[in-house]
Amino acid sequence: MPKMLKEVLKNLISPPATVNYPFVKPTPVPGTRGALTWDMSKCDQCQDCERVCPSVAIKVYPEEKKVEYQPFKCLFCYLCIDNCMQNAIVGSDNFKTADYEKKTEVYETKQ
Amino acid sequence: MKHFVKLTVVGGAIGMSEISNKTKKYSVLPFGPQHPVLPEPVHLKFLVDEEKIVDVLPNLGYVHRGIERGCELNDYKRNIYLTERVCGICNFIHGATYSAGIEKITDTEVPIRAKYLRSIWSELQRLQSHLLWLGLFADAIGFESLFMQIWRDREMVLSLNEKTNGHRIHLETNLIGGARKDIDESLAKVYKEDLSVLRKKVEALTPVFHKDPGIKQKCEGKGILPKSKARFLGAVGPVIRGSGLKEDIRMTGYEAYGQLDFEPIVYNGEDAYSRMLVRFDETLQAFDLIDKALKQMPEGPILNKNTKFPEGSTVVRSEQPRGELFYYLEGNGTNKLDRCKIRTPTAANIPPLVNMLIGYEVPDIPTIVHSIDPCISCTERIVYLKEK
Repeated sequence: MPKMLKEVLKNLISPPATVNYPFVKPTPVPGTRGALTWDMSKCDQCQDCERVCPSVAIKVYPEEKKVEYQPFKCLFCYLCIDNCMQNAIVGSDNFKTADYEKKTEVYETKQ
Repeated sequence: MKHFVKLTVVGGAIGMSEISNKTKKYSVLPFGPQHPVLPEPVHLKFLVDEEKIVDVLPNLGYVHRGIERGCELNDYKRNIYLTERVCGICNFIHGATYSAGIEKITDTEVPIRAKYLRSIWSELQRLQSHLLWLGLFADAIGFESLFMQIWRDREMVLSLNEKTNGHRIHLETNLIGGARKDIDESLAKVYKEDLSVLRKKVEALTPVFHKDPGIKQKCEGKGILPKSKARFLGAVGPVIRGSGLKEDIRMTGYEAYGQLDFEPIVYNGEDAYSRMLVRFDETLQAFDLIDKALKQMPEGPILNKNTKFPEGSTVVRSEQPRGELFYYLEGNGTNKLDRCKIRTPTAANIPPLVNMLIGYEVPDIPTIVHSIDPCISCTERIVYLKEK
């Protein structure tokens, strides 16, 4: 315990190591795997993302030119982004994806 | 019922039927499944004679999630991400071991650089797991300022993970046949800089763990597991190394450990204190191994894609922070596996735990239970349902 006294005394005058979250927003780290969005102008409904998704969170309907994405099933592993040949899936550093309802996001191609 | 009897007989204790006779003389003290000391739910039924523990009956099955069955229903490539969910703290090692098993069945050769990457990430997980445990242990013995300090320092590993891989806990960098991400020169620099800062902070705690009289008083001579019993009861990881036996799966040289001149850390104290020292010295060793691996890592490809479906069976072992991890995989030539058996180190360490506890007093329970580093959620492979 006496060996740690220096650290204990230092902590008395130093600011806290934690962030007062709802009031102070933490700066997002570049490269954080956050929420996904589909850019439907690039998507060609090849179903590659559906095939690789480990948690079956993506469903592609090629005939209807529609993509259904369930963010509450998503692991944010970014395998779909790595495998998308058209670069149609865009990641972001937004990690605050909590919600009251388990929504399904639907992306449709404008015709 | 079979499950209980097997566990108690192996632990050198008495069976369920005899307990009912003994309860006439002794009182039963329930410990868990929800207890301030336990991070995860396990129920230990103590048979006590006043303060002295006469017998222990472990009861598992509170967090069973059916991952083995899930592995049989899922695609074998998607299973990497499912097996990473077996344990949160050492998730990468689960994924790497599963991938190594599939690579063994399908004869896929892993590039040497990918093997080095796997070793680096495995050591990084060992580092943060041991720091987490050292904090929890300090909390269990009532040393709260040490707990706060270690957990604050551990944040550095997590933010390093976020900077380099995108997530704080789940790295998700495994693929069958190699790795998903590479550590280039700029990233290697970030690793070296951050880890050298953390190393100084952990090294400053060496006199606290090695010499502090408060910690010594609480742990020395508590939960003794003799050398002969440790092997007989099948202890693994820091528990067996704390009993003076040189047992470590990393000695077999899997991944890149063969090239890193690895020597396991062994202490001869046979008690909770020496188990703690093994873990503390392993955190310092992890820094050395990561540095050495970053220096020695050869240039080259990181992924060798496999094209075959798994057919046949195999056994893979690897060293988790808690001990030996065991995977048995059986494929039938399709994209789904016939069997995926997982044995985590805590399952192997429960019979030694039961043996360790007998003869000690009730206030020693938190120290001794914590000294095996229980990770109950990983252990839950079986659920026994009573027939009515």
